[in-house]
Amino acid sequence: MIQLFARDIRLAVRSGGGFGLALIFFLIVVVLIPLGLSSDQSALALVAPGVLWLGALLACLLSLDRIFGLDYEDGSLDLLATSPLPLEAVYIAKAAAHWLTTGLPLALAAPVLGVLLNLSFDAGKVMCFSLLLGTPALSLIGAFGATLTLGVKRGGLLLSLLVLPLYVPTLIFGARAVHSASLGQPFDVPLIMVLAISLGAVAILPFASGAALRINLR
Amino acid sequence: MNSTSKSKHLWNLFWKLANPKVFMGWSGRWLPWLSWLTVLLLGSGLIWGFFFTPDDIRQGSTVKIIYLHVPAALMAINGYLLMFIGSLMWLIRRQHVSVLAAKAAAPVGMTMTLIALATGAIWGQPMWGTYWVWDPRLTSFLIMFLFYAGYIALWAAIDDDDTAADLTSVLALVGSVFALLSRYAVLFWNQGLHQGTTVSLTDGTKQENISNVFFLPLLLAMVGFGLLFLTLLLIGTRTELRMRRLKVLEVRERMQ
Repeated sequence: MIQLFARDIRLAVRSGGGFGLALIFFLIVVVLIPLGLSSDQSALALVAPGVLWLGALLACLLSLDRIFGLDYEDGSLDLLATSPLPLEAVYIAKAAAHWLTTGLPLALAAPVLGVLLNLSFDAGKVMCFSLLLGTPALSLIGAFGATLTLGVKRGGLLLSLLVLPLYVPTLIFGARAVHSASLGQPFDVPLIMVLAISLGAVAILPFASGAALRINLR
Repeated sequence: MNSTSKSKHLWNLFWKLANPKVFMGWSGRWLPWLSWLTVLLLGSGLIWGFFFTPDDIRQGSTVKIIYLHVPAALMAINGYLLMFIGSLMWLIRRQHVSVLAAKAAAPVGMTMTLIALATGAIWGQPMWGTYWVWDPRLTSFLIMFLFYAGYIALWAAIDDDDTAADLTSVLALVGSVFALLSRYAVLFWNQGLHQGTTVSLTDGTKQENISNVFFLPLLLAMVGFGLLFLTLLLIGTRTELRMRRLKVLEVRERMQ
């Protein structure tokens, strides 16, 4: 399982596209928002939490179909299925690798990009923290969506359609935490809810994804 | 026959319907009656509601859209529930009828969601001064619409019938958890403009929220919408079953 995890990380880092791309995409979204909205500093600070969360969410979405797609096509997923490792563990390893190569960099980059949107330093810290707690849920939910659309040709759009509604609660609580922080209000409740969603996803989704993988490999 | 054995009998009948042949026979026999009853109840409920109830003092005749709005919203939620139960039954008992009923429920429920949203918007324009607000109830319904859309899209995308049935069922289960979660997240996110539940059959202790003049046609329309849903569901499930049979026949033809 650890080897699979390390292999996925190596693949993501070395095989160009994926690791850096999500970050660049995040940057582009953050640059485009003021261009489309306005350069008014106070208006930007108001929308910054939502924009950063949305940007992270969309950047996360980009690399989802790679989690299982390539392994499914070249048959390594079949090999993994016949190995003693349960498919639930395969899913966890792959989701964890996705988080480490996508979610974690996004969370660390968010406060820096927050500067561009006039997000205060304190709110930036909460932003980073909320993404650290929330991106595991994004990776897990996304990887679950990827197991569902495994057999679908050109399933990228379908994957987004399935996964985005599932992202709603995480987005609401995550953005709310940062928003409260930027207004100087308490933000512990939404942060705890974000953590709860991540933990709940760890508890439930491996079984659903394992089942979906088994159905697809039948 | 006493009541316990009677309910047991009904229960057995329910599980027998999992046999496609029994289901087709039973639904074929009941469908015409059901359709006519739907037309009768829904028609009388709507006509009564639209033409023979007094206008509201403040809202005028716009209030009458309630006879479409409330039943449609009710059926939209029940449709989702049915989709969930059908998917669960398929995963546990592997009965094709249940998953096909879930498949048939999705477009009907989605349409009901759309009707509820549209009638609400039409009513909201003169009453709230806007077609749309990001109120928790409205937002939840919009999100439910997206969940319906995802479920239907996944059905459409996968070629193999049994794989599609399995995967959509998994999606329906996980989706239901997240739909419920979204409902409460949305409540947390924004306090609403929408009024609370007015029509309730369970809390008889509370004061009367709604006068019988309006309640009776509304009840009729709600039962009518329920029957409409059931009718469309049976038609949809029958169509799906027939399409399965057709596929088998085509394969058999090709092999000869």
